[in-house]
Amino acid sequence: MEKPLTQHIRADGKPLSLNEYERVGGYSALRKVLSGMTPGDVLNVVKDSNLRGRGGAGFPTGLKWSFVPQDGPRPRYLICNADEMEPGTFKDRLLLECTPHQLIEGMIIAAFAIGADVSYVFLRWAYREAARIINVAIHEAQEAGYLGRNILGSGYDLAMHLHTGAGRYICGEETALLNSLEGKRAIPRAKPPFPQVSGLFGKPTIVNNVETLCCIPPIITHGAEWFRKLSLTSDAGTKIYGVSGKVKKPGAWELPMGVSLRELIEEYAGGMLDGHKFRGALPGGASTDFLVELDVKMDYSSVAAAGSRLGTGTVVVLDDRTCPVGFVRNLEQFFAQESCGFCTPCREGIPWIRNILTAMENGEGMPGDIDLLERHARGLGPGHTFCAFAPGAMEPLQSALRFFRDDFIRHIEEHTCPWREHPVNDHNSRGFVVPHLQTNYHAADTH
Amino acid sequence: MPRIHIDHREYDVRPGRNLLETCLSLGFDLPYFCWHPALGSVGACRQCAVKAFANAEDTNGKLVMACMESVADGQRISIRDPQAVEFRENVIGWLMTNHPHDCAVCDEGGSCHLQDMTVMTGHAYRKFRFNKRTYRNQYLGPFLNHEMNRCIQCYRCVRFYKDYAGGHDLDAFASANRVYFGRSDDGVLENEFSGNLAEVCPTGVFTDKTLKQHYTRKWDLTSAPSVCVHCSVGCNTLAGERYGSLRLISNRYNGSVNGYFLCDRGRFGYEFVNVSSRIREPRIPVNTQGESWEEHVHKATEVFRGTRIVGIGSPRASLEANFVLSRIAGRGNFYHGVSSSEFELSKTASQILAKGTVPSLSLKDVEKCDVVVIWGEDVTNTAPMLALAVRQALRNRPMEKSIAANIPPWNDAATRERVQQERGPLVIGSYGTTRLDEVASMTFRASPGALSRVGCAVANQLDDAAPLAGTLDEEEQAVANEIVRVLRSARRPVIISGVSSGSMEVLQSAANMAEAVRRHNADTGLVLTFPACNSLGLALMEGRPFAELLHEEQDRRGTLIILENDLYRHADPRTVQKIVALFDHVIVIDHTWHETARNAQLVLPAGTFAESEGTFVNNEGRAQRYFQVYEPVNGIRESWRWLLTLGNALGVSQKGPWNSHDEIVRALAASADVFEPVMRVAPSANYRIYGQRIPRQPHRYSGRTAMSANRSVSEGKPPEDRDAPLSYTMEGTRLPPPSVAIPFFWWPGWNSVQSVAKYQDEVGGPLRGGDPGIRLLEPTSKAPLYFSVSAQKPPEVIVVPLHHIFGSEELSVLAPAIAERCPKPYLAAGPMTFGMHTADHGAVMRLEIHGRMLTLPVVVDPAMPKGVAGLPVGLPGMEYFELPASASVIMQLQNAE
Repeated sequence: MEKPLTQHIRADGKPLSLNEYERVGGYSALRKVLSGMTPGDVLNVVKDSNLRGRGGAGFPTGLKWSFVPQDGPRPRYLICNADEMEPGTFKDRLLLECTPHQLIEGMIIAAFAIGADVSYVFLRWAYREAARIINVAIHEAQEAGYLGRNILGSGYDLAMHLHTGAGRYICGEETALLNSLEGKRAIPRAKPPFPQVSGLFGKPTIVNNVETLCCIPPIITHGAEWFRKLSLTSDAGTKIYGVSGKVKKPGAWELPMGVSLRELIEEYAGGMLDGHKFRGALPGGASTDFLVELDVKMDYSSVAAAGSRLGTGTVVVLDDRTCPVGFVRNLEQFFAQESCGFCTPCREGIPWIRNILTAMENGEGMPGDIDLLERHARGLGPGHTFCAFAPGAMEPLQSALRFFRDDFIRHIEEHTCPWREHPVNDHNSRGFVVPHLQTNYHAADTH
Repeated sequence: MPRIHIDHREYDVRPGRNLLETCLSLGFDLPYFCWHPALGSVGACRQCAVKAFANAEDTNGKLVMACMESVADGQRISIRDPQAVEFRENVIGWLMTNHPHDCAVCDEGGSCHLQDMTVMTGHAYRKFRFNKRTYRNQYLGPFLNHEMNRCIQCYRCVRFYKDYAGGHDLDAFASANRVYFGRSDDGVLENEFSGNLAEVCPTGVFTDKTLKQHYTRKWDLTSAPSVCVHCSVGCNTLAGERYGSLRLISNRYNGSVNGYFLCDRGRFGYEFVNVSSRIREPRIPVNTQGESWEEHVHKATEVFRGTRIVGIGSPRASLEANFVLSRIAGRGNFYHGVSSSEFELSKTASQILAKGTVPSLSLKDVEKCDVVVIWGEDVTNTAPMLALAVRQALRNRPMEKSIAANIPPWNDAATRERVQQERGPLVIGSYGTTRLDEVASMTFRASPGALSRVGCAVANQLDDAAPLAGTLDEEEQAVANEIVRVLRSARRPVIISGVSSGSMEVLQSAANMAEAVRRHNADTGLVLTFPACNSLGLALMEGRPFAELLHEEQDRRGTLIILENDLYRHADPRTVQKIVALFDHVIVIDHTWHETARNAQLVLPAGTFAESEGTFVNNEGRAQRYFQVYEPVNGIRESWRWLLTLGNALGVSQKGPWNSHDEIVRALAASADVFEPVMRVAPSANYRIYGQRIPRQPHRYSGRTAMSANRSVSEGKPPEDRDAPLSYTMEGTRLPPPSVAIPFFWWPGWNSVQSVAKYQDEVGGPLRGGDPGIRLLEPTSKAPLYFSVSAQKPPEVIVVPLHHIFGSEELSVLAPAIAERCPKPYLAAGPMTFGMHTADHGAVMRLEIHGRMLTLPVVVDPAMPKGVAGLPVGLPGMEYFELPASASVIMQLQNAE
């Protein structure tokens, strides 16, 4: 089984140095590109490879690149979205910490293809170790002449910078990322205009996920057809899948695209912990719908056909000893906290959902609450809110209401959470403002 | 023209607009919050959702935000679609989860957009059962009250304050459902346009703090259309009264002048009307007897009869009052109540507007310009709303790129992301730092002489016929070259200058520049500012500056009538004393006590703008009518009315046989060609709509039968307005009045100021029937009007006038809130102003100007060039100095601490 993304990862988990990476063929794809390929050639190979964005939306990468206007203003930017903050997702961290140079090589090739002048790695603030490693790797690449002026004598220039975020989930949304990178409030932008036309500082910009960019060097080296054939299905390549929850061996593995959910959980994750039964799973992180069937191929189209999204491909498993209401409440608490606060339904609707779920957990659920939750799930649907954040937050809720409806009803009818002995300690949902948050933005008494 | 379908009906609509403004222009009631006609769309509130259908067969459709969709031919939408209706109600439901529902004690109640939209969406039942989020409020200074709990997070406040008005100290903080709008710390909101937040905010977060001192609901205000008296721009205002005191100034939309906004001086300066220094009764020197004040005055002035009458008019009095005074005084005896230099400057400025080739621009026109050159003016402090217009104009050049990238201009967020910090060219030639420097592409700080040299050189480079005014040094030449370059690149250039620089050379060189650019570009415009609300109106009248009274040959005895003027603000004290001493009798007609009034024998209390009607000519040359808001009590009369009384008493009534405002206007219009259009500025007092007057009070006015019951339980007959077609009560027409006579904006379902859309032809366009006001001056000449500028040899130190939005204007500084923002007298100096004497902040300097000594602390302006010092004009406690002036003796009394 070929593992173009992770094959060279050291057993001890330490990052591959530049020398180590070069020894296993690193930067040969870049050399190939810069010694004869045109940006159009690179674009065509990536288009042919059928590579789809690994950040969650699965948009064809080559198509995205092709939207950059050839005569557009300069500078142009390539941005690596390394703001991995989706609950349950840790695949990019593996690549960032273990094969930093493969990412950098992929970024340089991508930047060359779109004619970018400057590139950024936008990294989640909490990935401190990754920040150190990427910084070292960028420095090494600069010293070796892979970055900077006249790269490998080709005449192509590219600067690369690491930018660490301030810890907001919304920065993973590509337009909010751009605002944050510009030093503005991390709120998404309306599309159109798309970043390809008016992105960072109003200039043409491509934002790609870490895993997407790491796929680029092997695609260049081995060709589009090879990449397509790595997959078991029509969606090309390999994918880093992850599993978390009450399984025997939680972890992340690079596998051919299209491996089944059953295989993932039962084989790679070692099955459920003893005494736990599988009830369902979020196939691609916190903002995907529950799947309750195991025999689903984990590729974009198959998961979509099953009623969810592949998302990041990192599975969160729900077992029979975990309260599904509490499970969803935990997610909605996250989304309520991470809403950027720009549009009304998201800013006000998700805290309301969180409050209702908390009330249910505390035995204070009321008849009509399920109806209210469903109204919210509909009301915060795609197109109703400013960006895809709230629709994503509704996916686990709406599917939980479908698959675990009886559990919600029991919470209300029994005036308690059947799984829980202690009430949820959550001041936010009860309308109090946490004192330390208040002092952040109030200096003096009311006037 | 695109044809769209709304709920199965076809409409032909304007291209390039978004669906929300299109629906509103068509008259639909579609609720919204974050969108504002002047601020554009960002799509934050999600309130204006409508259903969009892909084609005629599509019955499902999808929700879209009307404010974020361009109109397109063949588009099919539904406002009434049940899903859209439900979603809009849900949005209000969400917004209301944390709203305090304190309408009964909220200043916004009754004129609240949030109330209106809540009712409009039908949201009536609260489903949210959890506790509300609470915030602490901030002290924001004397103008605005802050109540964050009411906030619905529409982001309008920061978009206006930061993006539109260029403010720096208001921002959005925190995130999620804790988003907070305020300052980083408590403190005064510094931007000059902060008061607009009270109108921009759709609910009661930012409310007018001065209104709070004497709070009155919108429905309890007696209002009239008015014109701001605090600078020459002439912004249109609504003035509201209750119980005989003026309570509120709010924006009166005029698409050509102030649009949706006002400056803080104009919004909060009104309280001079209510202060204790008002002259409330006539002061009559002898014991007289009479039934009315008029009879008293008649008797008191009998002794004056037959004497020569000299009148001094005023740049802050109406055309009508000045005109009546000029007729009572007679030819040769009417003087302009301004300094000799201001007189010459204003006359010259009026000639530039009337006899040159360059038209003066309205603020709306300025907003359309792409290159701006400001010469010798600190417009933020002398004509604040002009500065706001300039800030918008600077967006035009970079926006060409966003438009080319298919980003429609209404899409505000996307446009700003594409444009970033880019701005069009703005060149500022000034004496020192100005507020607009932060958005200027080039600043040139220099003495009046250097400014005029450069200005003339620019004109000369553009047109050989324009005369030079001396040779330029290297730096000046570089500046001139750059100005020529940006002016040549302009699509629509505008030159801004004015009278406030105090320098004829600067004004004339600016005019030369405008004339020369006009040779190249027919779209060139000019804006000149004037010191007072009717300076240009007065300048258009015959007369001479009052200081010339000193040099007259003829018999000087007689009666001097001073109209709405404190002469001490226009001449040094000795000159004023000498002039006043020339006369046997001195009569002052004014509304506020000042030195001139205190020294007069007979003082007659005039109505302020709120207690009279009249016409001002703004800096554009636009004649604008303001209407009496309420009948004054005691002896207060419109000054023109007192003048008629005086004319009768003094036996000169044959010169002005008028009894009403209309008759004066007719006579004024007949007196000179330039004033002929004044007749048509507003309808006459006889105007009726289906036989009915226009009510000053809204139909919900309360307390009418009770509010004077402490004096008499029987309700008195309401006063009848014989000078305007407005009634003082709620009786009258319910139909929209002509645009010039709209006393308040109110529409069924639209109680807040947002109802202005219902009075416009289309959203953001002119008011129905055209924007109020008539331009009196259009350039008539075909040949350029060039001035041969005589650049004076500069003195060692020249002291130039500096202006303050809060402090330099005579009336607004009487308002307590404005006074709180007024600086103390100081001397501005650059590091090199005094050569070897380095000026330090806080050092106390003594200098001599025109033979008078002046001792002031220094405020360092790092931008002020060598040999230039600045003196703030008109601050309370500062005597008049004619500036620019040379300062000869300088010594430092005290070092900086």
